Amino acid sequence: MALKNKAVSNKTSKSEYFELLEKMILIRLFEDRCSEHYSRGNIKGFLHLYTGEEAIAVGSISCLEKEDYVITHYRDHGHALARGVEAKYAMAELFGKSTGTTGGIGGSMHIFDATKNFAGGHAIVGGQLPIGVGLAYAAKYKNTGAVTLCFLGDGALNEGEFHESMNLAALWDLPIVFICENNLYGMGVPVEEAVAKKDIFEIGHAYDMPCSRVDGMNVLEVKEVTNKIIKDVRNGKGPYFLEAQTYRFRGHSMADPSMYRGSTEEELWKLRDPINLHWSWLKENGYAKDELNEIYEKMNSVMDDAVQFATESEFPTIDDLYKNIYFENVG
Amino acid sequence: MPNVLTYREALTKGIREALIDNDDCFLMGEDVGAYGGAYAVSKGLLEEFGPKRIVDSPLSESAIVGLGTGSSMVGLKPIIEIMTINFLLVALDQLVNHAAKIRYMSANQYAAPFMVRTVTGGGAQLGATHSQCFEPWLASVPGLKVVAPSSPYDALGLFRSAIKEKDPIVFVEHILLYGSKGIVDEDYYEIPIGKANVVRSGDNLTLVAYSKMVPLCIEVANTLEEQGIDVEVIDLRSLRPWDKETIINSVNKTNRLVIVEEAWRSGGFGAEIASTVQEEAFDSLDGPIGRVGGLEVPMPYTSVLESQVIPSKDRIIEYIHQNLNT
Ligand SMILES: Cc1ncc(C[n+]2csc(CCOP(=O)(O)OP(=O)(O)O)c2C)c(N)n1
Ligand SMILES: [Mg+2]
Repeated sequence: MALKNKAVSNKTSKSEYFELLEKMILIRLFEDRCSEHYSRGNIKGFLHLYTGEEAIAVGSISCLEKEDYVITHYRDHGHALARGVEAKYAMAELFGKSTGTTGGIGGSMHIFDATKNFAGGHAIVGGQLPIGVGLAYAAKYKNTGAVTLCFLGDGALNEGEFHESMNLAALWDLPIVFICENNLYGMGVPVEEAVAKKDIFEIGHAYDMPCSRVDGMNVLEVKEVTNKIIKDVRNGKGPYFLEAQTYRFRGHSMADPSMYRGSTEEELWKLRDPINLHWSWLKENGYAKDELNEIYEKMNSVMDDAVQFATESEFPTIDDLYKNIYFENVG
Repeated sequence: MPNVLTYREALTKGIREALIDNDDCFLMGEDVGAYGGAYAVSKGLLEEFGPKRIVDSPLSESAIVGLGTGSSMVGLKPIIEIMTINFLLVALDQLVNHAAKIRYMSANQYAAPFMVRTVTGGGAQLGATHSQCFEPWLASVPGLKVVAPSSPYDALGLFRSAIKEKDPIVFVEHILLYGSKGIVDEDYYEIPIGKANVVRSGDNLTLVAYSKMVPLCIEVANTLEEQGIDVEVIDLRSLRPWDKETIINSVNKTNRLVIVEEAWRSGGFGAEIASTVQEEAFDSLDGPIGRVGGLEVPMPYTSVLESQVIPSKDRIIEYIHQNLNT
C-alpha cells in the first residue's frame, strides 16, 4: 500500500484539537455568510446549509490523506471546506462568479476541487453513491491505497442506487466508507417515517458490511471512530457503513421554515452544538482558556475576505456557456 | 487485405484491441464473463484476459454505469455493457444526470471518458419491454455522444474511435445485426465520430437511416432503381454529434428527403433531422420531408403484428411513392 495511516487519535496533538475547532467555526461562519447573502440576493437557487452538522465532515475528513477521495451530496459546503477548499473560491461559486470552484457553473450543490480530490457535491439524492464506488474501484484496480469517503443523507437510504452501491462495494471489497449523516429528516419527512429499519447503521449487516453508529455532534468521537475505520479500509478490510447522528440547525434549504418540527426539539439539539461541545471539552481538559474570541475573529476575517473576493470577482461571459461540454470545447 | 467478419466478430475484435492496448481498460457487465455476453460479443475474452479485465457484475445497471463514471474520472477506461437499451432506463440517472454532466459541472476538473455498450431494436419477438429503441432520447443530451453502427466494417471502425473518446459515449448495437457479415479491412482504420456515410449515391431522393434501417434502405433503393427512381442512402452512423452537412449537401442535390428509423416517429431522431433540414435547406426541397418510423404502439410479441410495427421494405417503398407522387 502506498499510503500509511496518520497517528491514531490518542496521539492527537493540541494543535490538531484546535484545528478541528477552527474548521468547524470556519464552516459555521461560512454558512452564516451564505444565509446573509442569500437574503441580500447575492446567492440564488437552492441553498442547503450544514449548520449543526460540522463535526461529521471535520472529524472524518481530518483523518484523510491527500490521495484519498471525498464525494458527497448537495449539502456540500462543509465537506468542501473541511477538505481544504478555500472559502473564497466556494463563496465566489455561490455568487455565480468566474473565480468560483467551477466558475459559477455548478453553484452551491456542485462544488468540485480536483486538486483536493474533492469529487463533488451531487444533487440527485443517491447519485453520488455509484460514482463513489467507481472512485474506490479505481483505487483498488490500481492498488493506490486511496480510500474514498462517501457522504449521504438519511433520505438517500431509500434510493435504489444506495442499495446497488452498498452491494457492489461489499461484494468487491472496495476501499470506501459510507458516512450516513442522519439528521433525522429528509426535507420534512422524519427518518422513522421513511426508513423501515429502526437502527439505520444496521443496514450494513444486510451486505455483510461492518457498520456502527457515532455521535455526529462530537467531533473527537467522529475523528477517533473514522480514523480506525479508515485504517482498516486502507488495509484491505473492505468497505464500512457509518451512521453519524446529527441535526441540522436550520431548515432543509433557505426556502424551508421547518414548520414540521417543534422548536423544543430544535432547542434540545442546540444544547449539543458540536462547536460548544468541543470547546467545553478543550477547556475541561486544560487545552484551552480564552482563545475562542480570537478564533472567531480570525475566521470572520477569512469570511470578510471571501465575501469581498466573491463580490469583486467577475461573472463568467457568454463565451463560457459552451465550454467544457466535451473535450473538444474545453476552455 | 479484406476479411469477412460478422458484426459480432468485428465488435469482439475492437474490444480485444482496446484491452490489449490499455491495461486500465476493462469490460464490465451482466454475464460478460463466463457466459460470454448475452449476445456472445465477449466470448473467449474472460479466458484471454482474466477476471480483472472482464468483470461479471450483479444486475445493478445504475451502479455499474456510475462505476464507469467514477472510475474513469480517476484514470480507468471502462467499457460498461448494458445487456439491452431497455435496461439502460434504470441507469438513466447515472448516464444523463451524472456521466453527461461531470466535465461541464466540474469546469473540466473531472471528465467521464468511458463507453456504455448496449443493444437496441426489435424484430426478435421479445415483446414490448425488450424491443425498444431509445437512442434518440440519449441523443438529445449535451455531454453524451451516441453512435450506432450498421455493418461489421462500421462497427469496428466506429468502436476504435469511440474507445478513444474523452467523454461518455453510448455505443448502440442492433440485436438483429450481430450475425450479419461484411468485409472488414485487415489494415487498421478508424471511422470518425460525427461523420455520416453516403452508402449509395443517387439523384432523385435522399434516404437517411442508421443501424438496422441502413441495410433495409439499401434494399429499398435497389428495388426503386428497377422502377427508375435513383435513391441516395445516407447512414447517419452517429446521432450525437450528427452530420448535418452531409445530409444537407445531399438534399441540395436530390431535393427530396425521407428519414427512416425504427424508433417511434414521435420525438424520434427523424423529427430532429427534418426540422433542421427545413430550416437550413428549405429552398432545396421539392416536397415535404417524409418520415417512416415505428408505429406508435408498444411492441407486440406475435410476428404478424410485430412485423407491422417495424418499418418494412414494402412500407418504405409505398411511403416513398406517396411522397414523390409517383
Ligand atoms: C432523486 C431525488 N429525489 C428528490 C430530490 C429532492 N430532494 C433534495 S434533498 C431531499 C431530501 C434529502 O434528505 P437527506 O438525504 O436526509 O439529506 P439532508 O437534506 O437531510 O441532508 C429531497 C427529497 C432530489 N434532489 N433527488
Ligand atoms: Mg436528512
